[in-house]
Amino acid sequence: MNPEPSTVDIVIDAVSAVFMVVGALMSLAAAIGLLRFPDLLTRMHAATKPQVLGLFLLLASIGLQMRTFWVWPVLLVAWLFQLLTVPVSAHMVGRAGYRTKHLHREMLTTDELEAVVQAATQAAREDSADSPHTPMTAEDAEIESDAESAAESVGKPTE
Amino acid sequence: MMQIVLIVTAVILSLAAAGAILRIARGPSLLDRVLAADVLLAILGAALCVDMAVNQHLNNLMLLVAISVIGFVGSVTVARFVADRREEPLES
Repeated sequence: MNPEPSTVDIVIDAVSAVFMVVGALMSLAAAIGLLRFPDLLTRMHAATKPQVLGLFLLLASIGLQMRTFWVWPVLLVAWLFQLLTVPVSAHMVGRAGYRTKHLHREMLTTDELEAVVQAATQAAREDSADSPHTPMTAEDAEIESDAESAAESVGKPTE
Repeated sequence: MMQIVLIVTAVILSLAAAGAILRIARGPSLLDRVLAADVLLAILGAALCVDMAVNQHLNNLMLLVAISVIGFVGSVTVARFVADRREEPLES
């Protein structure tokens, strides 16, 4: 570092400082969201902030501070890797959270997964119930599961 | 200026890590804890990034990628094998 920094250096330092502080604030926002949101799905919404935008801002500040161009592809690869893995894990966690009913159902505006999950649990229950007897054809199972899921939507399921 | 930024981000990230650890301790379900652990890993990665940017080196870059791999594998594995052991589903 030369003792007399140029104007460009000062500007780059200021921009990267702002990036670093905002990126750290993303982590703080995620922590506050984790503590204050009521259920798993809303907490997942808060948790993605430091994983994507916060990491992007901090990697950009690294790239600005290093003052070389060859680090940018490396940082881009690191960020793209995070972008590829975060949706997959969020998908798995959200699906498991739905199946284990860690959600406030009254807060959902629409629920497209409900019919699929009900049909799957119905099919699994019939499989376990029918396994000692003779297996029926796939069409029979489908008809029965349709009838039972229709009955289930009327009354409460008896476990 | 970089020293001031370092102190400010250290305070912010410490508060964020404290919040995530509190959610790990309190979290009503296993998936909440997994999510909070993921956030804690992201905060750790942010701290590594700040260290690299302030001190102008790239030693932690591979560690950063390894941390994101560990977070991915951990949360996917736990989410795959989680099961509902409660008799009656409670409110989250």
